[in-house]
Amino acid sequence: MSALRAWMRRLGGVFSAGRREQEFARELEGHLQMHIDDNVRAGMTAEEARRDAMLKLGGLEMTRQAYRERGTVPWLEALMQDVRFGGRQLRRSPGFTATAVMMLTLGIAASVAIFAFVDAALLKPLPYPSPASLVDVTETIAVFPHANLSYLDYLDWKRMNRSFRSLDVYAGAGYLLENASGTEPVRGARVSDGFFRTLGVAPLLGRDFFTGEDLPSGPSTVILSYATWQRRYAGRKDVIGQVVSLSGIPYTIVGVMPQSFVFAPHNDAEFWAPFHAMGECDFRRSCHGLLGVARLKDGVTVQAALADTSAIAKQLEVQYPATNRGQGASVLPLAKVIVGDVRPVLLILLGGAGLLLLIACVNVSSLLLVRSESRKREIAVRSALGASPSRLNRQFMTEGVLLVGISVVLGVAAAYGASQVLLRLLSKDMLIQMPYLNGVGLNLRVLSFAAAIAVLATLVFSLTPILRLSFMEMREGLSEGGRGAAGVLWRRIGANLVVFELAIAMVLLVGAGLLGKSFYHLLHVNLNFDPEHLATMQVELPETVYMKPDRIVAVRRQISERVAALPGVVAVSATSLPPTSGNGNTAWIRFVGRTYNGVHNEVNERDVTGNYFSTLKTRLLHGRFFNEDDDASKPLVAVINQSLANQYFPGEDPIGKRIGDSDLSPKSIRTVVGVVEDLRESSLDTDTLPAIYYNAETPQDSDGTYFHLMVRTSGSEAVLLPSMVAAVRGVYRGIGVSDESAMVQVINESQTAYLHRSSAWLVGGFAVLALLLGAVGLYGVIAYSVGQRTREIGVRMALGAQRGSVLQLILREGGRLAAWGIACGLVCSLVMTTLLRSMLFGVRSWDVATFAGVAVVLATAALLASYIPAHRAASINPVEALRAE
Amino acid sequence: MGEKADVWQGTLALMVLKTIEALGPMHGYGIARRIEQTSGNVLSLNYGTLYPALLKLEQEGAIASEWGTSENNRRAKFYKLTRAGLKQIAKETSNWEQTTAILARFLGPSEDLA
Repeated sequence: MSALRAWMRRLGGVFSAGRREQEFARELEGHLQMHIDDNVRAGMTAEEARRDAMLKLGGLEMTRQAYRERGTVPWLEALMQDVRFGGRQLRRSPGFTATAVMMLTLGIAASVAIFAFVDAALLKPLPYPSPASLVDVTETIAVFPHANLSYLDYLDWKRMNRSFRSLDVYAGAGYLLENASGTEPVRGARVSDGFFRTLGVAPLLGRDFFTGEDLPSGPSTVILSYATWQRRYAGRKDVIGQVVSLSGIPYTIVGVMPQSFVFAPHNDAEFWAPFHAMGECDFRRSCHGLLGVARLKDGVTVQAALADTSAIAKQLEVQYPATNRGQGASVLPLAKVIVGDVRPVLLILLGGAGLLLLIACVNVSSLLLVRSESRKREIAVRSALGASPSRLNRQFMTEGVLLVGISVVLGVAAAYGASQVLLRLLSKDMLIQMPYLNGVGLNLRVLSFAAAIAVLATLVFSLTPILRLSFMEMREGLSEGGRGAAGVLWRRIGANLVVFELAIAMVLLVGAGLLGKSFYHLLHVNLNFDPEHLATMQVELPETVYMKPDRIVAVRRQISERVAALPGVVAVSATSLPPTSGNGNTAWIRFVGRTYNGVHNEVNERDVTGNYFSTLKTRLLHGRFFNEDDDASKPLVAVINQSLANQYFPGEDPIGKRIGDSDLSPKSIRTVVGVVEDLRESSLDTDTLPAIYYNAETPQDSDGTYFHLMVRTSGSEAVLLPSMVAAVRGVYRGIGVSDESAMVQVINESQTAYLHRSSAWLVGGFAVLALLLGAVGLYGVIAYSVGQRTREIGVRMALGAQRGSVLQLILREGGRLAAWGIACGLVCSLVMTTLLRSMLFGVRSWDVATFAGVAVVLATAALLASYIPAHRAASINPVEALRAE
Repeated sequence: MGEKADVWQGTLALMVLKTIEALGPMHGYGIARRIEQTSGNVLSLNYGTLYPALLKLEQEGAIASEWGTSENNRRAKFYKLTRAGLKQIAKETSNWEQTTAILARFLGPSEDLA
């Protein structure tokens, strides 16, 4: 206790050393005077009395020293001295300090900001208890590794598996909510009874679904999201037990989820309802619309669970060959599925930021080297005056710590700002899909990461001058103009550092080049439709009103006519799913008159109106589009895309061929009347599957209450959209309208485009900074070397060397370094870019044009960086250069 | 004067405390003189070593200091015991008594050990 207290006092004493020493001086003075007084009284002379008093004291200086050491913490005081001295040193060369701090800050800010994202997305993506035992469970088929589950398969998997403590399913749902201002489409989700228990979350208010509540016979109940509770019910506690009408069906509110609850795949769901299997799809084994989430039993690995479910899937294949052939099982860690595509992007960005930090560190190290060179004399003087090597080293370390300390503080602040800016750049929809990013910020892990960088950087920076010093004979520094071996040595180390820097810059530039090219390819991918001046919106018809296909066809025509009458509208069409929304909503097809091997021919299936392709400007290759004559009284017709024609009718004319479902049931048979280009149904970076288009104008192919309007306009989409919304609502107030947008915007804001864009821009930014730092590094080395060789150049010129040849001499030195840097960079890039492969689109990882372009850019930058000092060398006045020393 | 003994490590603090206890508030010089007198002038004490010891005791909270005026009108810092100091005296005194008692058994007539 008292020892601790004494320590605190000593620690405090470090800061009050001056006052305490003054006080002690007064105390000692009093002491001596009292002693002298006594001595004089005892009969000594004044002289003797003083001598005796001093003698008894045991030396004035020693006493002071002992007192000082007891009063403070000596090593801490030395450290403070170092810090003060280091601070003075740094202040004395503000150019060096500012450059070094700026470079380090850049590197640290980039790394820490990206790490904050990595931390949020990869280290702690799931806000549930023991997230490691949560897995994503789905079926898998050849064309979709991550396919949906069917309800009946789910029930079998749930019953038969031995790996899961619980297995639950969820599916998105859309509801029409009636309120004062009309009908509003809202998002919801249907989940099996144990869904929330499997995740390990409980409602904030009310209760969770009870076991069996999700059965078709269960009550219509619903759990609200926290945001919905706040927004629609003003956070009132009496909401439990109230009834809400969703798409005309009354649901009793039984619970409210806590604010912290997020579930990335359906984070925009306002209403969570029990599954309640209903309709034709839920009871058809071949209708896949669910995703599964399960909690592994203790000790069961993901692999074991996969083996277990795969065996069950095999068994079901045998049992139900018609529906389950080729339907495998997929079990993946839930975190992996939720973070998905973001993972490689973040890792690449972290790598890029790391390389940038590395360049910054190398640059600062070489600056420190140059500085230690110019401080040779100071160091020699200090060691001659008795500074021990360890004391000198400590001084250098302190300066390193100071530099890093300032940079880390600035860097972390900048990183915080940068991460907030990056978050702001994400669209709201993206944030809903990636709720884990809300956790981006400066938490303990991020700060520890910054601290780790700081420690490493400090080590590097304090070791650099120390290594440098130990190479050098200290005494040499005192002799005037000591140029000799040390200069040559520095040139060698510094030169290697620059080669290293240029190589890293090359790697980053190549990475940025490839990513940029990928992004360009992605945005210029062949869409086979014209997205300009194309507006889209989803229309949701209330099922309670529009139950019969006839009525759906009729109201869609009515809506189309209203919209077509709006000013600027050129054409109006409808589809069950808009282009670029992704492969999916597939049908299994079979061909009349061909032997069938039972394999599921999986093709995209869309219900479109007759003028759909002409509205989108998708070209017809053979046959015809749907027309007015294709009505309910005629045999059903279909249009196929080129991929389907190529894959299933190679070398044949598909027109007139008949296609049906796997059973060739009579009402499924359709005749192919046309072939269109591969209209891009898939997301931008995946190939479009074969697709078949059914005629939505015939009631048989128009049973969906959801469709998307695709409207071609001559003017601006933004101007048209509000009047489009009003026109559709004007047809019947119970119709819901959502997702109204310009098609160009849909494409630009798609997750695929976003991921490619952000990685291209960010890596590009890192690469530009790296190029800049590399060029500055090269400039530093050449400029230093010119400084060292001033005398030599003077001699050369005095002996008749032309300015041109001096210029060449220096440029050649820079050129040699740049050539080495580019060569090493090429080799490193070849290795590094293979890691990028998953992020590249339409470009190979060894794209020659990119490599060549980057080499040219780097060479140009290097030439510029060495031209400035070379020019200075060429303008040296030989007389002055020789006289200077 | 005969041979002088050095101050043993760790004993100075207790001497200082006991001295202050006996004299009441006292300055460094006075404490030094008193320690010499009490030891019958056998201890050789460098007065200078007293000050770090006083500082340490003050840091530990056993004593407190205050500027004042000496008997012959010199400015001096006076040290006085705190409550913690009194406790420390009690504790260290009993420690010392124990130590010396044990040592005495070793140094005393050895018939018991034989």
